[in-house]
Amino acid sequence: MATRSISLLVNGRRYEREVEARLTLADLLRHELALTGTHVGCEHGVCGACTVLIDGRTARSCLTFAVQVDGCEVTTVEGLAPAEGELNVLQQAFQDHHGLQCGFCTPGMLMTLTELLRDNPDPTESEVRDVLTGNLCRCTGYAGIVAAALEAARRLRVQQGS
Amino acid sequence: MGAKQFGARVARMEDPALLSGRGRFVDDIKFPGMLHACFVRSPHAHARIGGIDASAARALPGVHAVLTADDLPAPMDLNRMPMLVPNPAIAASLTQHCLARDEVCYVGQAVAVVLADSRYIAEDAIALVEVEYDVLPAVSDYRSADKPDAPRAHLTLDDNVASKFRMAYGDADAAFASAPHVFTEHIWQHRGGGMALEARAVVANPDATGGLLTVWSATQTPHICRRMLADLLDRDLESIRVIAPDVGGGFGPKAIFYAEEAVIPATALKLRRPVKWTEDRREHFMCATQERDQLWTVSIAVDDGGKILGVRGTLLHDTGAFVPWGIIMPYIAAATMPGPYVIPNYALDIKVVLTNKVATTPVRGAGRPQAVFAMERLMDRVARELKLDAAEVRFRNFIQPQQMPYAVGLTFRDGKPLVYDSGDYPKAQNEALRMIDYAAFKQRKAVAREQGRFIGIGIGNYVEGTGLGPYEGVTVRVLPNGKVAVATGATNQGQGTRTTLGQIVADRVGCRFEEIVMTVGDTAAIPQGVGAFASRQAVNAGSSAMIASEVVRTQVIKLAAQTLGVPESDIDVEDGIAVARSGNRPSLTFRELARLAQGMPGFSLPPGQTPGLEHTAYFTPPQASYCSGTHLVEVEVDPMTGAVKILNYAVAHDSGTIINPMIVDGQIQGGVAHGIGNALLEWMRYDENAQPLTTTFADYLIPMATDVPTCKIVHVESPSPLNPLGVKGAGEGGTIPAAAAIVAAAEDALSEFGVHFAETPLVPERIIDALRAVDAYARLSEIA
Repeated sequence: MATRSISLLVNGRRYEREVEARLTLADLLRHELALTGTHVGCEHGVCGACTVLIDGRTARSCLTFAVQVDGCEVTTVEGLAPAEGELNVLQQAFQDHHGLQCGFCTPGMLMTLTELLRDNPDPTESEVRDVLTGNLCRCTGYAGIVAAALEAARRLRVQQGS
Repeated sequence: MGAKQFGARVARMEDPALLSGRGRFVDDIKFPGMLHACFVRSPHAHARIGGIDASAARALPGVHAVLTADDLPAPMDLNRMPMLVPNPAIAASLTQHCLARDEVCYVGQAVAVVLADSRYIAEDAIALVEVEYDVLPAVSDYRSADKPDAPRAHLTLDDNVASKFRMAYGDADAAFASAPHVFTEHIWQHRGGGMALEARAVVANPDATGGLLTVWSATQTPHICRRMLADLLDRDLESIRVIAPDVGGGFGPKAIFYAEEAVIPATALKLRRPVKWTEDRREHFMCATQERDQLWTVSIAVDDGGKILGVRGTLLHDTGAFVPWGIIMPYIAAATMPGPYVIPNYALDIKVVLTNKVATTPVRGAGRPQAVFAMERLMDRVARELKLDAAEVRFRNFIQPQQMPYAVGLTFRDGKPLVYDSGDYPKAQNEALRMIDYAAFKQRKAVAREQGRFIGIGIGNYVEGTGLGPYEGVTVRVLPNGKVAVATGATNQGQGTRTTLGQIVADRVGCRFEEIVMTVGDTAAIPQGVGAFASRQAVNAGSSAMIASEVVRTQVIKLAAQTLGVPESDIDVEDGIAVARSGNRPSLTFRELARLAQGMPGFSLPPGQTPGLEHTAYFTPPQASYCSGTHLVEVEVDPMTGAVKILNYAVAHDSGTIINPMIVDGQIQGGVAHGIGNALLEWMRYDENAQPLTTTFADYLIPMATDVPTCKIVHVESPSPLNPLGVKGAGEGGTIPAAAAIVAAAEDALSEFGVHFAETPLVPERIIDALRAVDAYARLSEIA
């Protein structure tokens, strides 16, 4: 199988790899770069567990080929916390509001909401729910996730206001 | 005494790792030299296997082996898989081979396995395996599976009936003969799946000598998995360790022991290499067990006041192609039907049939959602026919709290008489009615109708047997560094098992919650274990955690008293320190005590002292503890699209004493979401050849954030007298009555048209069909 060399930034770190053209970004992250925080739930682009940010915009890493992110900047769940052993505001709000149970969909949820809160610092509940339709959760019934997103937005606004 | 953990909304110890991408799920595990497996699966629902030609696949670079049934080690090459819950009422005791031998009986049944350097190559290779199939007629519609001219689901069968049994008490026929009113419902419920976001996955790693086989599986039941593997591989139990690491949701289907869980370890042993298999979503739709196909014809006999005189009928249950978990679900369904109501006479005839679909085994609720749907449809029918309020009919028939413990008259799935231990059903319904102002609903409905909107309300009541045995163990041990290790056979697929057990241990031992080191889901951590199903872990493992902790606390006190030279009654234990109340309050830390308790090499322990500060307890419940509750739902139906929108959802839930309200609320909310799927969206469809039609999340819809409102939840706490904590299970109650309440609400929203629904899921086309059948659209356009 023909390979191509790619170079990308993941969570601020530069990686250069020879990859098969058919390798998905999810498999690159998980199995070549050992960033197993990004999860694969359906491999057909519906469940959203594999959501990452590519150049700041959410994308399904299961439907993106690794060769497509050559020269791009990718952010995964491992890149959210300010330091090892700490949680960022959104992650902390998830713990405070029981926004996760099994934790499998959680990385995708966090990436989707990271984009939302960046672009819309004061979302309504219905805006939060709308954007979350791209991420399935089987455990929580979404209540804790929605509450966490709204609370994180509030805390971030307070932080930025002060 | 430090802050009490039990009963508090304690933040979960599971969360920080899962939130920062540091969870460890099976597919995250990697070993040098690891091979990747992919299964060749039957494309036919029923066929005889002629030959298998794997030569092209074997020739593909990167492929290490292609194995069929004959290549598996004895006895799993020839033996069928063990039945997990046998029952004398099972006539056709069929389980599958790990890899199919001569016959395949559902689409997706594993026929061969490819092992290759990468998942990509393994997937390429399965397309190159040529299997010769002689296609046979398949049983797809279970409603006709017991007809004489139906094809047989297996070549060896004379008919497709796996089991027939009757559940009854009183004299239903006599009650019906003299009853002033009898109403009958025909109820058709469809199958769906657990659909955990993480599909199944197995990694097997034999050590260099082959002496120890370690298996990681995304399972709810690692100890059961270990026992099955020992049987199928003919190995000593001690030579197998099974670990369920972080598991991405369970919901029942991961409680089953699967063929793949046997085949992957067998291939790893054969090739002496670590092997990984990760199921993809398409395989999960085809091969992970499902549930809910049931056809009910049930009648209710009532007096003029709507008081129940009897219930009788038939239940037809589709077990799919095999019977791996016995006949538990129809059995539970039949035992759940009477629910919270006084039903003097009851008779249900149950027939379980085989079809050529993947087997059905418990999915969150396990037969109970169907039974509650059937019973609540009957209650709504009584209300409608006798022109009584739906809530009032239920109030007139509730078992009263002073009747507890209440013997229903049946035998439950645990083999014990079905005796409700505690509960206050009228109170739960009152709480639910209050939460969404039931009294004012008629007025809300009238106002909505004036605005051209159709809103309705529905009630679902249920009683659920939870906390089933046989046991679950917990070991509590004070470590030399002063922390407290807790090990259990209970497992975690999102329930927060570590956190809730940690809360119990922290309080009862007298240590800080943060100082607890928890091991769950590892057979090396505790010798006996069962796992997660039947909402059983809080009762079984929770009670064991309490008992083991109290023993360890006693050991701590004894050793501290002895060492400090004070009476035992003088010692307090908190935050990991034993302190004497008298004198200048001398104290010993857990760290110091643990070291003392280890003893010194060569020196005998003082009389009465046991090695270490440690105890293992295995609590076994005397019988099920019965949780209960009321769901009340307000919906809006759009008659033009058939869409049902949930406006308001209230849950009054009684799972006894609550360990962590935040976690229980989360279980209820998540359970309701699953129930909304069952009520409105989730339908695993097959064509007439039993070919699955819904094998993606685009075809099979699970609820999204816009489908599930945040529920109003009230806890009615009736402690169970059957365990020392007073707890009952909470994992399934959110799902069980949801479909009953939602479908009733949708029917109520369209009450002016007189449409009737007795099917789940209630999909938009069914609503449109029903409205068309009564010419509703002509009336609607007149109104417009």
